[in-house]
Amino acid sequence: MEIRPILSALMRSKVSMILIGLQVALTLAIVCNALFIIGQRLERMDRPSGMNESDTFWFGSNGFGQGYDANAVQLSDLALLRQMPGIAAATSTNSVPMSNGGWSTGINLQPKQKTSTAQTTLYIVDAQGLDAYGVKLVAGRNFKPEEIKTVKFGDRLQPAAIIVTKALADKLYPDGDALGKQVYMDEEPPTSTIIGIVERTQVPWVDAEFIDYSTFVPAYMPYGNSTRYLVRAEAGRRDEVMKEVEQKMSQSNTSRIIGKMRTIASVRSDAYAGDRAMAIILGTVIVALLAITALGIVGMASFWVAQRTRQIGTRRALGATRFDILRYFQTENFIITTLGLLVGGVLAYALSLWLMQNYQSPRLPWYYVPIGFVCLWVLGQLAVLGPALRASHVPPAVATRNV
Amino acid sequence: MFVYYFRLGLRSLRRNPVLTALMVLGIALGIGTSMTTLTVLHLMGSDPIPWKSARLHTVQMDSWNPNAAFAQPAEPPTQLTYRDANALMQAARGDRQAAMFRVALPVQSDNHALKPRLVTARATYTDFFAMFEPPFEYGGPWNRAHDDAHARVLVLSKATNEELFGGVDSVGKHLLIGGLDYSVIGVLAQWRPSVRFYDVVSSSAFDDPEEIYLPYTTAVETNTGTIGGQSVCWGNVPAGREAYLASECVWQQFWVELDSPAKLAAYRSFLEAYVGEQKKLGRFPRPLDVRLPDVNEWLTSQKIVSSDVQIQAWLAFAFLGVCLVSTIGLLLAKFLRKSGEIGVRRALGASRGQVFAQHLMEAAVIGCSGGVLGLLFAWLGLLLVRGLDPDLQAVARLDWPMVATAIVLSVLASTMAGLYPTWSACRVQPAVQLKI
Repeated sequence: MEIRPILSALMRSKVSMILIGLQVALTLAIVCNALFIIGQRLERMDRPSGMNESDTFWFGSNGFGQGYDANAVQLSDLALLRQMPGIAAATSTNSVPMSNGGWSTGINLQPKQKTSTAQTTLYIVDAQGLDAYGVKLVAGRNFKPEEIKTVKFGDRLQPAAIIVTKALADKLYPDGDALGKQVYMDEEPPTSTIIGIVERTQVPWVDAEFIDYSTFVPAYMPYGNSTRYLVRAEAGRRDEVMKEVEQKMSQSNTSRIIGKMRTIASVRSDAYAGDRAMAIILGTVIVALLAITALGIVGMASFWVAQRTRQIGTRRALGATRFDILRYFQTENFIITTLGLLVGGVLAYALSLWLMQNYQSPRLPWYYVPIGFVCLWVLGQLAVLGPALRASHVPPAVATRNV
Repeated sequence: MFVYYFRLGLRSLRRNPVLTALMVLGIALGIGTSMTTLTVLHLMGSDPIPWKSARLHTVQMDSWNPNAAFAQPAEPPTQLTYRDANALMQAARGDRQAAMFRVALPVQSDNHALKPRLVTARATYTDFFAMFEPPFEYGGPWNRAHDDAHARVLVLSKATNEELFGGVDSVGKHLLIGGLDYSVIGVLAQWRPSVRFYDVVSSSAFDDPEEIYLPYTTAVETNTGTIGGQSVCWGNVPAGREAYLASECVWQQFWVELDSPAKLAAYRSFLEAYVGEQKKLGRFPRPLDVRLPDVNEWLTSQKIVSSDVQIQAWLAFAFLGVCLVSTIGLLLAKFLRKSGEIGVRRALGASRGQVFAQHLMEAAVIGCSGGVLGLLFAWLGLLLVRGLDPDLQAVARLDWPMVATAIVLSVLASTMAGLYPTWSACRVQPAVQLKI
């Protein structure tokens, strides 16, 4: 394999070689980091909320006018919902996962603690709450209907019984014996007893550090004149049930406005819109970058082929086969690409370090750069194939021509 | 001479259309992505009220929990308590000031064809309109007398006026809010600052401004609707409305206009004295921390420009860099191919400078066409960005400064890219090229 002639030919056109190498280096650095960011965002968007997202929707009711009794409306609405066909479960609630709005508070193991043992969100539901959310109970029991207290807006909640997620239970009681224990939701007594543990439910804020620490609280508690409901339809019937519910709810009570009905699937979509945008934008940049680099290699290689037509013809006349010529150009490209990739690897880690320092991203995992190497090698070889094939078709007679 | 070089450049570019297309496309893609991200970054970070942003200040006071800061590392709350906002309004020590908060109100109109609906509303004082200068189409803001009398008056946004009254002059007309009768006193013209800087806590800073405005005193008295923003409390959660209003829950925004540095200093002293008094009453257990950021300082401290947008901008510019490297290579290839022609020109008497100018012009022409095509790509890119993130409706649009930047950037970039290839072309020896 004639490496030395290739190298000496390259040394004569150093600048072009440096340009291609630089392109490859920058491409590797950018593509590796961009792919890593995309991967992170996709992972983030994939996190399960713990609730049923395919059959559920929620909506609000806002009363107006004087003398509106939100507590009474809440109970009659629930009765109406639970009679409707196609509804598997319905509950009143204040918030749902990923909705970016809700209640958060601290949970303490002792009274008057200076800092909370854990931060949590409260989902204020009734006995059908767990069923409507579609979350699985892994220990203990659900709320009984008689445990659901009616609370006037602005009064203290002070639930006697609460259900927490497993993550929260493990945080509060790492030995795993949270069931039956009493915790403080306020600075003072009374305490709340953990009567049940569910597998997983996220809090409404997707960026929260305490994202898996949720608490279900048994109460009927409107927010002023406003009440919200979460409905789980029977499998496959969500959209038709949604329309019926909107109609029935609006008709049943004209002193209130039914707020926009939203599926939990669309709540998830909105919550992660920013991450999705980032992934798409970065993906577009990656594709464009690879295209530009490939086209750059094609352009440069075509130029070299045209520049060296005489030399190729001479080699062919002296006995080189078509395949030898092809191999020459592929090898030349391989050498340039390799040098570029080595520089690119260093740049990739440098870029990763810069992102870590300025934007608190995690470190680039080790396997991104080697995989990038392989991909760009393949890209380079494929890009130079066209011009190289054209070179191999240069006839030996070119060597003897004078013009 | 420039026209001649221009025509020469065009002819040369036409001779090898594939190579030209490659170069123009490369620059266009690079400019397109860079301008897309730069536009979003620029508009997100731009001053929403440049003629007075240095005179408008928001108030932050650390009334928070002695055991834990509101936010790391030692940040005071981003809003004020009801008690503090009211106290500052009563004291009226700024040139103008307005406490405010956001509510969601059920609105019914006389027109029975329109269903009642929940609208976003801002409860504030009359100085809000003088400070933030939203333009009025009909009528005007309410005045101090209305604030003091808890008058039931409203200012509508343009879109709300169109929805409820068909866009006519609705001053004097009536709406029912929570069953109580209010009359319209003013209608705003189209007003959408790039960032809703006066309240970045209640909801996304890029959301539309509120649909109606009503006096703060009226909103508190009638207590209709629900708080449309964030309420954060520490210690025991208060039970009942009176306890809530007296509590340490922060849920209000407060802005003050201070027309000179001296007044700013005086107001700061006033705030520190106020905190001192409150400490004697047992409040404000944390160390004194009073802040008066102006509009830009506030937007920076609240990190309005997301790090995602910054990362996108950096990566887009790195991409532009790669496109330029590619262009250098292709231009080099192209000019060296033309060595024969250059040799002939030099032999016929063209100086090195003239050859240089000719080829630099060619590079500039590529830059220009790449820039124009790049603007098209940027426009498409911004369309995509608006589609992906509805929050960015106001911010992801090309304005004239950005268009100018795109063209200048692409011509400059391609000219710089063309410097080395052009210099190489000049070094061509006529004699070598003329030999057969």
